[in-house]
Amino acid sequence: MARKGLLITPDICVGCRACQVACKEWNQLPATKTKNNGTHENPPDLDGNNFNKIRFIEHADQKGVKWLFVSQRCMHCGEPACVQICPVGALIKDKDTGIVYYDKNKCIACHACKSACPFDIPRYDQGGKGKIAKCHLCIDRVRAGLTPACAKTCPTGAIRYGDRDALLKEAKAKKYKIYGETELGGLGVIFALTDSPKIYKLAESPKISESVAFWGSVLRTLVGRGDSTASTFVRYLAHKSTEK
Amino acid sequence: MTNQYTDLKNADVILIMGGNPAENHPVAMKWIMRAKEQRGAKLVVVDPRFTRTAAKADLYVPIRSGTDIVFLGGLIKYIIDNNLYFKDYVLNYTDASFLVDPNFKLPDELDGVFSGYDEKKRAYDKATWKFQLDENGIPKKDPTLQDPHCVFQLLRKIYSRYTLDVVSNITGAPKDKIEECYKILASTGKPDKVMTECYAMGWTQHTVGAQNIRAMSIIQLLLGNMGMAGGGINALRGESNVQGSTDAGLLFHILTGYNPTPVASDVDLKTYIEKYTPKTKEPKSLNWLSNRPKYIVSYLKAIYGDKATKENDYCYSYLPKRDDTQNCSWLMIFDQMYKGKIKGFFAWGQNPACSGANSNKTRQALAKLDWLVCVNLWDNETSSFWKGPGMDSKKIKTEVFFLPCAASVEKEGSVTNSGRIAQWRYKAVNPPGKCMPDAEIINELYFRVKKLYEKEKGAFPDPILHLTWDYGEKDKNGKIKHVDVHKVAKEINGYFTADVPEHPNDKKAYKKGQQVPSFALLLDDGRTACGNWIYCGSYTDAGNMMARRGKEDPTGLGLFPNWAWSWPVNRRIIYNRASVDPQGNPWDPKRAVIKWDAANKKWVGDIADGPQPPLALEGGKLPFIMKPLGVGAIFGPGMADGPFPVHYEPLECPFQENPLYKKHRINPTVKLFDADTDVFVYCDTRYPYVGTTYRVTEHWQTGVMTRHTDWLRELEPQIFAEIDPVLAKEKGIKSGDKVIVSSARGKLWAIAIITPRLQPMKVLGQTIHIVGLPWHYGWKFPEDGSGGDSANLLTPTIGDPNTMIPESKAFMVNIEKA
Repeated sequence: MARKGLLITPDICVGCRACQVACKEWNQLPATKTKNNGTHENPPDLDGNNFNKIRFIEHADQKGVKWLFVSQRCMHCGEPACVQICPVGALIKDKDTGIVYYDKNKCIACHACKSACPFDIPRYDQGGKGKIAKCHLCIDRVRAGLTPACAKTCPTGAIRYGDRDALLKEAKAKKYKIYGETELGGLGVIFALTDSPKIYKLAESPKISESVAFWGSVLRTLVGRGDSTASTFVRYLAHKSTEK
Repeated sequence: MTNQYTDLKNADVILIMGGNPAENHPVAMKWIMRAKEQRGAKLVVVDPRFTRTAAKADLYVPIRSGTDIVFLGGLIKYIIDNNLYFKDYVLNYTDASFLVDPNFKLPDELDGVFSGYDEKKRAYDKATWKFQLDENGIPKKDPTLQDPHCVFQLLRKIYSRYTLDVVSNITGAPKDKIEECYKILASTGKPDKVMTECYAMGWTQHTVGAQNIRAMSIIQLLLGNMGMAGGGINALRGESNVQGSTDAGLLFHILTGYNPTPVASDVDLKTYIEKYTPKTKEPKSLNWLSNRPKYIVSYLKAIYGDKATKENDYCYSYLPKRDDTQNCSWLMIFDQMYKGKIKGFFAWGQNPACSGANSNKTRQALAKLDWLVCVNLWDNETSSFWKGPGMDSKKIKTEVFFLPCAASVEKEGSVTNSGRIAQWRYKAVNPPGKCMPDAEIINELYFRVKKLYEKEKGAFPDPILHLTWDYGEKDKNGKIKHVDVHKVAKEINGYFTADVPEHPNDKKAYKKGQQVPSFALLLDDGRTACGNWIYCGSYTDAGNMMARRGKEDPTGLGLFPNWAWSWPVNRRIIYNRASVDPQGNPWDPKRAVIKWDAANKKWVGDIADGPQPPLALEGGKLPFIMKPLGVGAIFGPGMADGPFPVHYEPLECPFQENPLYKKHRINPTVKLFDADTDVFVYCDTRYPYVGTTYRVTEHWQTGVMTRHTDWLRELEPQIFAEIDPVLAKEKGIKSGDKVIVSSARGKLWAIAIITPRLQPMKVLGQTIHIVGLPWHYGWKFPEDGSGGDSANLLTPTIGDPNTMIPESKAFMVNIEKA
């Protein structure tokens, strides 16, 4: 199987958020009890029950107003920092598809992945205290030959799923500025833009901290010892690593 | 829609004014985005608010709510002044050259009204709203368009005052944006350039709602965009089957297929036919509605079967008759209910306590009823009105019955989309518990009422006892056990009630019981029955056309003629005879909807509006077949408030007078309501801001379905009020603050959203702010009251004089930090 990916084109996203709902429906995630915080954007952040969120970004200047709708979710990096740092192999980069998914049975809730991720994506269940929860590009659907729920439901084609190479080619042919072609070994979620990434609140030149590899090996060694204090210590160190 | 959702992709220019498809019709937006991406189409959005649709626009122009006619009138002037109209189209296919009665006067000459205005009746005598006729009884014309009485010159005259400065001054839109906008829109007056227009409640819910659409119709005729692929005027319907429900005669003034409901003075069928069958002396007009007798007789045969005979006027006397001037629209019903004149009410699939204008009045009106039946999926603000805010249940006598019904996916049937495509859908799951499909509830009701009539006789039982009700297997009491919706659909299509050895139309033989293949074969002699003539052809002997799922696209325009079935006769773009020149060649060969095949003497492409040859050939006909004169009507004498649209201010506005017609601030023909709750204000410092209501993607209508869907409530949990940053600063309001929004009729709390997407406007020297609120919320659910209540607590009881749709898009409010 060729590397799979999403092509996200904010210029044709109408902010209907059917993708947010479809994600919850497929993954059977409960609704968050929200309130209106003076914006249409909701829920306020990604969390253990929200893997995909549309940011509503307003820019106003002399020329007028822009209102952008940009999906925020796991980028499925070519070289994922979360996989590198995870001491127990709970985060996995699928060899066939390139999807970065996870095994909750292995996760020890050390939260090291959050500190490693250059996009601030990993979130955790049990109100943020528990195990890893994030977009896994509907790997269960993908393995069954289906399209991820968000792309399947998108009415305008702003989220498209397919072979990463083909999506890239298409976006280039349409003269879009590509975000994610080479970053971090090439992202699985590529953005087709008409302005600078900053405008879309996308991290400019995302980088993996050099310490990730180091912490990864330290944590793995500790877990490898398997003594009962290890996991507490790992969590402490993982927390330490977030302080950078 | 004159066209189709899929056809939006064929446009060069897409004007969204009076609608917000990105939020309310997101799937329609797919085709708009495709036009942009693949054709480089320009998307122009004119709206008081910068919406999610505006976010996708190439040009966004803000205007003050309720000033659309000023904006469009200015465009008409721009098109005429710059000679940008499509001359061949205008001359051949519209009434632009027709001469109007010399006694007809424009509002400029009569202080703001057209000739014939009666101030006491608040209505017009339309005696002068007519054409001058020649010796053959057809309108006199001036093909040079120079005669001062011709429609074109009247049009020029009436909008001569709608200059760019005036438009900018009244609408609040910046002059450079207006000009840029006009330039883009008017660029489609060429044969190979097409504009489509999409509107929804942003145009209809005004006291000049129908005239907003008339103004655009005039523009589309001037630019030659009607009948064209990628053109037309497209009403984006607000509910999945609202097109189907109006087709099926849901409204008080129409039976099925838009046949008028009879009034008291229509004493017999002959009178009815005489009155409602249009006549023409124009030899080139097809005048399709001259077939009205066939449609009404076939309708009577469908509902009264063998009981309907020529001798008894096909049971015409059974039809209920309104009083001659009686208006039974929604606002009138609730006004009468409020005045205690209505005893019982079925709120069937609706939640009027939140959906109707002036909710406090509506909720009080419900308390005057003896009984109320609510048929719905959930207990809601209507069925529990007596427990609502400000209600004293001890003093309310209304007995409320609740009948739980099946949702759309829990039953089989057809649903007709905005593009008139009737699509068959299947039951996905069984309804929960004892919930029943609407048809089953009606069946139960019918047999109970019928039984009572049989037992107790009562006044005039025949219309009930003699109804045909052959919709499935009967039990031992003669009651239909379960309604077979296929039988209903077949009756709607129509069938032969007797053998027709040689049909007068196609000379073929038909047997009794055969389905009628097309409405061209309906008869006025009782040998055909048809529940709804425009659906004739939807369920034929060849099967259920609405269930077809063919994906062939022979025209390449995305019309998909084998996908389900659209009325009339599977025509996908109506008025399509106007897409060709008088010889039958497409104005734009790259987007040919139809084309005359001279060798075979027939039309190819979409189903043409009548098989007759194009205008210039022998036996040729004019394109607008539903109009008695066969042409598109720039002059519209059928309107209650004038044959041309002119600007009147909303009932509630920030100004003392109408800047264009000083003596008539508001539409002179609107009905003013007189109940104690029908208060309104204008130019009143207590309510200085323009209020407007709308919907968002995440909720639907009063939110009864969507508020109960946790995933949607998560996205939009609470009623909000959107305001601009300047007003927010003045009032000390921050985003997320709780605010109180009030009008002369009611108030509610909301959460403030301060956004640069709204900006103050300079209008007639004043600074105007708008306050926008959705009407999706209600006190009943969520039960903790965290959602808020309906924005209709603020809106006034006032309606468009043609349609009586309430004016919920422009009214005056105040806003304060809570």
